[in-house]
Amino acid sequence: MAEFIIHLATFIVLFGVILASVRFIKGPTAADRTVALDVLTIISTALIVLIALFVNRVIYLDVALVYAILSFIGVIAVARFIEGGL
Amino acid sequence: MIAWFIGVLGIAMIVGALAAVHLKQTVPAIIAAGIVSLFASVLYLLLAAPDVAMTEAAIGAGLSTVIFLYAVYKTRSGESEK
Amino acid sequence: MAIRELLGSIIALIGSLFLFLGALGIVRMPDLYNRMQTGTKSTTLGTILTLLGIGIYRLEWLPQMLILIAFILATNPVSSHTLARAAHFTGIPLTRKTVADKLAEEEHRPIPVEEEEEVV
Repeated sequence: MAEFIIHLATFIVLFGVILASVRFIKGPTAADRTVALDVLTIISTALIVLIALFVNRVIYLDVALVYAILSFIGVIAVARFIEGGL
Repeated sequence: MIAWFIGVLGIAMIVGALAAVHLKQTVPAIIAAGIVSLFASVLYLLLAAPDVAMTEAAIGAGLSTVIFLYAVYKTRSGESEK
Repeated sequence: MAIRELLGSIIALIGSLFLFLGALGIVRMPDLYNRMQTGTKSTTLGTILTLLGIGIYRLEWLPQMLILIAFILATNPVSSHTLARAAHFTGIPLTRKTVADKLAEEEHRPIPVEEEEEVV
């Protein structure tokens, strides 16, 4: 029962990946695409933790940790570039 | 379950790569390249290579985006001075 | 034992629903700032609930999940704030349903509202 609920949660998160990709394709300005990149990085952190649960390895959580630290640097760089500074 | 992961993330990665090729402006193309390396990192993790995934997340998604934007910023400031 | 696993999986399901609603909101919302709001607040709560649910489901992973939650709580509002500031100062228009823009009133600028012919 609990494994079925975890599988259902994984499918819902994968639908979220598809919807965020739709906004990335549609987005009229560069800032909209940056919002889509932000959402995709957060969803990818949750997906990495779910993969670590499925294959049952603790070492995959370190990848999620590196990802949570380093992924927002790209979003901040793009935002500063749009503003004009960097 | 792993097959569903590979299918959805691979299709999203192909869409991001096509967007990086076909977008006309510079900054959305750089963001699309960042999204391609993001999904590539998760796919490396699915193929049981966590060290490669960690390196891809650090260099591909973080460092290369910043270096691309820095290069574009330097060339644009050089053009505006002329 | 089984009750704890069921509780953790249900918390993870609620968190994944919040992640899905955040991704649905950035498709459906009419404006950049609304998209940014639903794309940050909802996904932050969804990630926290998902990681906490998996930490309850697999109890020996709980300290690393708490470290991950702390990092996400530290980094996620920073990027959203920087992006909102950049978008507002480059003059990306607000939707026509906007009623107040305190920053534009403070700086004595007109409120940047989008054009008439774009029907939401």
